[in-house]
Amino acid sequence: MNKSIIKKSFQRFLPWFIPCIFLICWQIVSSLGIISERILPAPTEIIQAAIQLISNGELYEHMSISLVRAFIGFVIGGVIGFVLGLLNGVFRFSELLFDTSVQMLRNIPHLALIPLVILWFGIGETSKIFLVALGVLFPVYINTYHGIKSVDKGLIEMGKSYGLKGYKLFFHVILPGALSSILVGIRFSLGVMWLTLIVAETISAQSGIGYMAMNAREFMQMDIIVLSILIYALFGKLSDVIARYFEGRLLKWNA
Amino acid sequence: MENRNGINIQINKLEKVYDNRNVLNGLDVEIKKGEFVSVVGKSGCGKSTLLRLVAGLEDAEGGSIILDGEKLEGLNKKARIMFQDGRLLPWKRIIDNVCIGLSTEKRNKALEALAQVGLEERKDDYPSKLSGGQKQRVALARALVHNPDLLLLDEPLGALDALTRLEMQELIESLWRQKKFTAVLVTHDAEEAVAISDRVLLIDQGKISLDQTISLPRPRKRTNPAFALYVDDILSQIMNRNEDKEYPVLLPELSLSLLDSVNN
Repeated sequence: MNKSIIKKSFQRFLPWFIPCIFLICWQIVSSLGIISERILPAPTEIIQAAIQLISNGELYEHMSISLVRAFIGFVIGGVIGFVLGLLNGVFRFSELLFDTSVQMLRNIPHLALIPLVILWFGIGETSKIFLVALGVLFPVYINTYHGIKSVDKGLIEMGKSYGLKGYKLFFHVILPGALSSILVGIRFSLGVMWLTLIVAETISAQSGIGYMAMNAREFMQMDIIVLSILIYALFGKLSDVIARYFEGRLLKWNA
Repeated sequence: MENRNGINIQINKLEKVYDNRNVLNGLDVEIKKGEFVSVVGKSGCGKSTLLRLVAGLEDAEGGSIILDGEKLEGLNKKARIMFQDGRLLPWKRIIDNVCIGLSTEKRNKALEALAQVGLEERKDDYPSKLSGGQKQRVALARALVHNPDLLLLDEPLGALDALTRLEMQELIESLWRQKKFTAVLVTHDAEEAVAISDRVLLIDQGKISLDQTISLPRPRKRTNPAFALYVDDILSQIMNRNEDKEYPVLLPELSLSLLDSVNN
């Protein structure tokens, strides 16, 4: 029994082994002066910068505005993509009407629209949210649509022959059948969400983590630049954990 | 007292075409109320197609299916079908699978049905935790909870191992005797057909080419020589082996005399 506890804690620690070693080496190399502070500041300096930014409230302000943008953009894009995917997956008419157009739009890199979006919406909130929503929309759409299209026809036939139709057929058979694909789309779109937000904030913003990094560049504050990058990594990991949690909850029958 | 359950099926000149091929070509047959009929034939002979047409899952190109005097249009609401691959919803617990299409107040009926197939203890498991045979039992419970007049079985035991299969055959037979519905079983197994049914129909070239009543007492013993004769005869009919028509003509008398000898 003791052995299994050791084994478990070992398995918990193992994923963090490489990040820890990396940090230690980084600190050593920086302290010895092998890498100059102007190229890459030491972890301790980054922690100091973080403490300073936390204490004067700046970090909180930038982080919350970034999170709000990410969240609103994600919800708008996700809902549109989901609804469109549902409609086109379920109704032939809607599929014929919309799918071709969506596929054409999908193939435009949405970040290429930044110049246009700035001219349309300026550098206010709308432009960032618009870009995030656009980026999130397509992965959610594709996976919802595909998920519904690939629900086992045998199960649908069974449902119909057992008297399910309309919304009952949809909620008992079609939606649960498409769910794992939909969740893949959501997880993928979370990645797109952060990517879009970083780029958008870096190019055109007056607040947010991306802005914080760009602003720090003007004053050569390397520690803040690296801190911003680390925060993005942390956010990315966090959204992945949340997505995994929901997958585990919603797909527990799959285990 | 007349059976409340069960249904009479009259099939007239049924035609079904797939890819320019006449799968069913003017098929006529009548199945009586409460009868257990098996349909056998080579694979691709149209036996499953016949079942799907009776279930109303597909439309025929011609002919008609009359249920208790009423022509079947669209889905057959008096029938429940059991598929070869079970088709349980993997995201629903066993009890909820049995409840499909059932109003919520009838949930205890679903429990009853699960008990009848001996799986009430597994009600809160997901289908992925069950064996193939257990899944088919759940599918059977799901079909029977609606008290159908007609149970359609589309090779439901085809994928099971021999032992589980025997168990399932006995279970289906006993539930049929209890509930007195009409049953149509599609199978590729002549022995299964003889073991369980009142009549065996053979489909060949889109028509019924053999309509054999099985006059063996129930419960049937596979060791009965007459049983083996029936199986052998049906098999050779399926394979078109009997050019000399002697054997099948002899069979009824032969089997009866054999029966007598067994019973004595």
